[in-house]
Amino acid sequence: MSATVRVPLEQIARARSGDKGNSSNVGLIADSDALYDVIRKEVTLERVAAHFGALVKGRVERYELPNLRALNFILHESLGGGGSASLRTDAQGKTHGQALLLMQIDVPEPLLKDARGVAPAPSPGARR
Amino acid sequence: MIRIGNGQGFWGDSVDAPMRLVEDGPLDVLTLDYLAEVTMSIMQKLRRRDPEAGYASDFVDLARRLLPRIGSNGVRIVANAGGVNPEACRRAVASVAVAGGRPDLAIGIVSGDDIFARLDEILASGVRLENMDDGRPLSAVRERVLSANVYISSFPVASALAQGADIVLTGRCTDPGLVLAPLIARYGWKEDDWNRLAAGTVAGHIVECGAQCTGGNDSRWWEVHGWDRIGYPVVEGEEDGSFVVTKHAGTGGRVTIGTISEQLLYEMGDPRRYLTPDVTADFTTIRLDEAGPDRVRVSGVRGAPPPPTLKVSIAYLDGWKATGQITVSGPRAIEKARVCADALWGRLKRAGLSYEATETEYVGLDACHGPLTPADAAPGEVVLRVGVRDPDRAKVDRFGKELAPLVTTGPPGVTGFAGGRPKAAEVVSFWPALIPRELVSPSMTVVRAAEVAGALR
Repeated sequence: MSATVRVPLEQIARARSGDKGNSSNVGLIADSDALYDVIRKEVTLERVAAHFGALVKGRVERYELPNLRALNFILHESLGGGGSASLRTDAQGKTHGQALLLMQIDVPEPLLKDARGVAPAPSPGARR
Repeated sequence: MIRIGNGQGFWGDSVDAPMRLVEDGPLDVLTLDYLAEVTMSIMQKLRRRDPEAGYASDFVDLARRLLPRIGSNGVRIVANAGGVNPEACRRAVASVAVAGGRPDLAIGIVSGDDIFARLDEILASGVRLENMDDGRPLSAVRERVLSANVYISSFPVASALAQGADIVLTGRCTDPGLVLAPLIARYGWKEDDWNRLAAGTVAGHIVECGAQCTGGNDSRWWEVHGWDRIGYPVVEGEEDGSFVVTKHAGTGGRVTIGTISEQLLYEMGDPRRYLTPDVTADFTTIRLDEAGPDRVRVSGVRGAPPPPTLKVSIAYLDGWKATGQITVSGPRAIEKARVCADALWGRLKRAGLSYEATETEYVGLDACHGPLTPADAAPGEVVLRVGVRDPDRAKVDRFGKELAPLVTTGPPGVTGFAGGRPKAAEVVSFWPALIPRELVSPSMTVVRAAEVAGALR
């Protein structure tokens, strides 16, 4: 077994989210086949539910799309009513993908060679 | 091969993108998606005030700009700009065409999706139009319904194109159907050609949000260049259903397996069962390959028959809401903002008010990601954003009067109360339901602009 490194999902995967009524969905796409095996094992339904915590009032569903190296999560009752009824800034779950990328997972160190999500150092004037 | 570009992802998207798609590279068909769910109810309201309104008026201006380039030697257009009044939209476009020296333009409309006027008849026949989320029958909110539209098949749109329409205007056809229809028309795909129909649906799904597949929202945004001239997507569709997604040379953004994968997952439910009126597409069968710079080939898509029912999108009035905000700055900004929020809600409680729903957000701290916010975050300023929702308008109005006093009755460093008191706005909610196919009969007509305009005199 090689050593593992704890990294944010942002480093090894892409994400996109959208809405359907009062639910959002988050697609998560790994940077390589080996990294897909890692997220498939690590990014479980239970961990995603725990990660979003009180942001999600309903259940979480999880689907696998190995052809796209992707997982799809449905976060039920996560939009404060959804559509025009929601009082939230993010009534459409547009930012839930970015939220999932904050999750920290353990990755075998050699697999990080395929990680594409390492942003360059901030340009002058930019702030984190 | 047929080139189909989508220049509009929603009503309010870039006004120049459709022009750029037509002028900056080769294109056979321009598609334009104007209709979000909430748009139909807005259009129904407009139509109640003016029988010649109720469609995407932006399209008429665009048609005027594009006039010389529309037609079989240029570009044909498929747009759901018809909203809840495709006939009026056609009359407006025909007037513009005749005035602009194009009386020859053949304009098709597809109708039959709008069942608002037939609702009582449909309910009386025993179809309850139950809410797909909670099972309630539509009768529970019947008197508050604003609009009701069925997502209809792409074949009537394809028929209009096959009959020579230069422009096809639809109401509530599906978003991917705008792209599927010209593929059906071009290659003569049949109604049970499930794999090809699924492939065309996937093509439509990828491009329906415009630049969201060409660099917009790309997770690796720092690798994207040319944001100021971002290219909109072009599908190069083949007879066998496979296609390439690309964008015009010289435009900004990018098309990669990454950008296409992300958009494939946008608003996705069960990936094996992507349901449309035309087909059930299986997104786990999609194969993506790089096919050169800014080119991704999509193949292998499998499909199955669609469900026996069609989806109805019903909009209804669902109470009132208001939101407002103030800015809190300086030392211990977040603590002070919390004091403001507690004061506001405490004062409303003392006034004897409670609400169906309330929201308190600290924009700049945790508005979007709530519990995921780092505990040590300490911004120098934060926007306190508060909101209420309730069936009683008077209570919502009373809330609107409670925000401004915080500027003088709370902690220091509070500012940014501009734009007057938060105003009560009507909440329009959605009621997704299913309807048997046989109760819906879409129809299509194609008429020359001169003829449409002539009938107006």
